[in-house]
Amino acid sequence: MWDWEFAFYVMPDILKAIRVTIAATLAGFALALAVGLALALLRRSAFKPLSLATIGFIEFVRSTPLLIQLFFIFYALPLSTGISFSAFQAGTIGLGFHYGTYLSEVYRSGIDAIPRGQWEAATALNFSRLRTWTKIILPQAIPPTVPVMGNYLIAMFKETPLLSAITLVEMLQTAKIIGSDCYRYLEPFTLVGIFFLLLSYPASVLVKRLEFQLKQQ
Amino acid sequence: MLELLPALLRGLGITVQLTVLAAVLGFALAFISGLGSLSKSSIIRFVTGVYVEIFRGTSLLVQLFWMFYALPLFGIRLPGMVVGVLALGMNFGAYGSEVVRSSIIAVPRGQIEAAIALNMSPGQRLWRIILPQAWLTMIPPLGNLLIELLKGTALVSLITLADLAFQGFSLRETTGRTTEIYSLLLMIYFVLAFFITAGMRWLERRAAMGRS
Repeated sequence: MWDWEFAFYVMPDILKAIRVTIAATLAGFALALAVGLALALLRRSAFKPLSLATIGFIEFVRSTPLLIQLFFIFYALPLSTGISFSAFQAGTIGLGFHYGTYLSEVYRSGIDAIPRGQWEAATALNFSRLRTWTKIILPQAIPPTVPVMGNYLIAMFKETPLLSAITLVEMLQTAKIIGSDCYRYLEPFTLVGIFFLLLSYPASVLVKRLEFQLKQQ
Repeated sequence: MLELLPALLRGLGITVQLTVLAAVLGFALAFISGLGSLSKSSIIRFVTGVYVEIFRGTSLLVQLFWMFYALPLFGIRLPGMVVGVLALGMNFGAYGSEVVRSSIIAVPRGQIEAAIALNMSPGQRLWRIILPQAWLTMIPPLGNLLIELLKGTALVSLITLADLAFQGFSLRETTGRTTEIYSLLLMIYFVLAFFITAGMRWLERRAAMGRS
């Protein structure tokens, strides 16, 4: 049933597509880090309508399927706004905003954990708002959140196969193309699963170790 | 825009059915494997560990495709609905396992010692002392997982199951009203998620009753 020869025959193509998967993950995560921070800061705005709108946006994006959001960005946005994206760009934007809403909560928990005294000290030292944020608050708020962010990076990596639905030829799409060409789905899909496991399992062990080390400090 | 709604909602039944059935399966698996990961037997711990890591480590969409396209090669040809429930249920069971495990560990040690001192059997300890307390800590993260599950059901549209998302895609092909259809779809999922959140809040209040 399992054909080793066929498995080895298709492996190079799938391995090549890993690059697209990883590139999409990293690009999406970089965007998510920026979007998450922006949302976390907007949410703290003293201007109530802005902070409420941000909360509403976060809730909406978090509770609707990424798949539909991707279709919206890829198919609907060009029609309604005239801006069109390549599959890779649309995928990056979708992943970035979807996970940005999750990361905004992570930033928030980090920022909320900063003792009041730190804010007061910054005020007492006559720090400007920008300096307070960049020199006092964020350098203390972000490091403890690194393991949680790592977990979201791994979660996002596992969501990249969704980009195959908007025609991006990443690992899963490559396997599907091979499958429909050769009428054999078992080996390509199994290989994709194994590659995901091979990358995500060590990564999650690493994150766990990091978490443990942070707790020790 | 609203005249598109009836055609879209034709998929609602499948989405709700999938969510409920997969939640039941996932919940059962989460409990079994959560308890299994705390077992004294290293074999049981190993088996649950393998289950959890495989389903958490590979992607949900890969699991769906594997069960739908690759399993038939072993002579196992399952209907789409069964594939959907199995893949979603097993995937979320693996994530839920960690929730069950960590909330059981979080029950203070003294509670278990008190139960032993009162000569309770292991079963009584679990049902009367540990689980009622762990349950309270479990509800919020399980609620989050349930929302993830609802969002995950949209993926079954890619294995030709006629859920909400699938109806949206086919309606788009016949009417071409892309923006409206996708906006409506997003709103419908948002409303469904809202019901889940409200339900979980209610459950949490009920579980917390009589406790300060």
